[in-house]
Amino acid sequence: MRAFWLVLALMWAGMAQAAIETYGFDNDVQRARFAALTRELRCPKCQNQDLADSNAPIAADLRREIHRLMVEGNSDEQVITYLVDRYGEFVRYKPAFEARTWVLWLGPGVFLLVGGVIGYRLLRRRSPLAVTLTDAEQARLAHVLKGTEDD
Amino acid sequence: MNRRWLAVPLLLFVGMAAMLYRGLYLDPAELPSALIGKPFPAFALTSLSGQPLGREALLGRPALVNVWGTWCVACREEHPTLARLARQGVVIHGINYKDDTAAATQWLRTLHNPYQVNVSDPQGTLGLDLGVYGAPETFLIDAQGVIRYKHVGIVDDHVWQRELAPRYQALVSEPAP
Repeated sequence: MRAFWLVLALMWAGMAQAAIETYGFDNDVQRARFAALTRELRCPKCQNQDLADSNAPIAADLRREIHRLMVEGNSDEQVITYLVDRYGEFVRYKPAFEARTWVLWLGPGVFLLVGGVIGYRLLRRRSPLAVTLTDAEQARLAHVLKGTEDD
Repeated sequence: MNRRWLAVPLLLFVGMAAMLYRGLYLDPAELPSALIGKPFPAFALTSLSGQPLGREALLGRPALVNVWGTWCVACREEHPTLARLARQGVVIHGINYKDDTAAATQWLRTLHNPYQVNVSDPQGTLGLDLGVYGAPETFLIDAQGVIRYKHVGIVDDHVWQRELAPRYQALVSEPAP
């Protein structure tokens, strides 16, 4: 049993180590840009992870490449263009607004609008509760609301 | 009373259900290549035996360019198909992607070498320019080196007959400019 836990602990150690890479940056602004870029770009192999998060070899390669491009003085847009030219619009979690992606961008808004219009019309159409009280009931209601009823 | 509006959510639901149903049968691992219609990237690498190679080495005839590695289990699986296609006269070039040269040479010696030109890409730099995200990947290029098609995954008889052969044949019978 002890061996089992030891093996498990060692496995975790391996996993924790795998994601640690050291990249040198000139300043904190660059470091922040790198962090933002690797979060905004998607790993092509492990599709539901961003590059910062992924342990796949291809993600490590792309992180190294992004670092290289940044050190060489490329802007964020240039780095993104470089990757999109090779891996397609797919690698961006925020794809550019274009013919293929407008549904993606506008869809949620359109759904909200259509749903809102339908909801509004349905609610407005529903007739208000038509309840008429007799004078005696009206008087009792007034009492109740004032909290002075004592029977 | 405008009851027609009540049909809108139903229509939306049917539309979404149709899209999601279709999604069940799409393979999300198959990404459209950003490089189709673009020229094969230039490179300055060597062959497995150390001769310098550039983009020109792949041009002249329509060809399959197969990205492979000895570490790639699926590559071993598709290897017999490639070998058979090569025997049938299909032009196949290889890119030995992030591999150990000695292991790759050994593999070709023992398993038959289907590649006319084999580019050694130990750092994966050409792979990066090609947008390779996992071997095996197979590109179809024309005689001028323009990428016409890309298949991600194993090339087996089914893939060859359904996806690659018609396109390859069309390129072969295209008149030279």
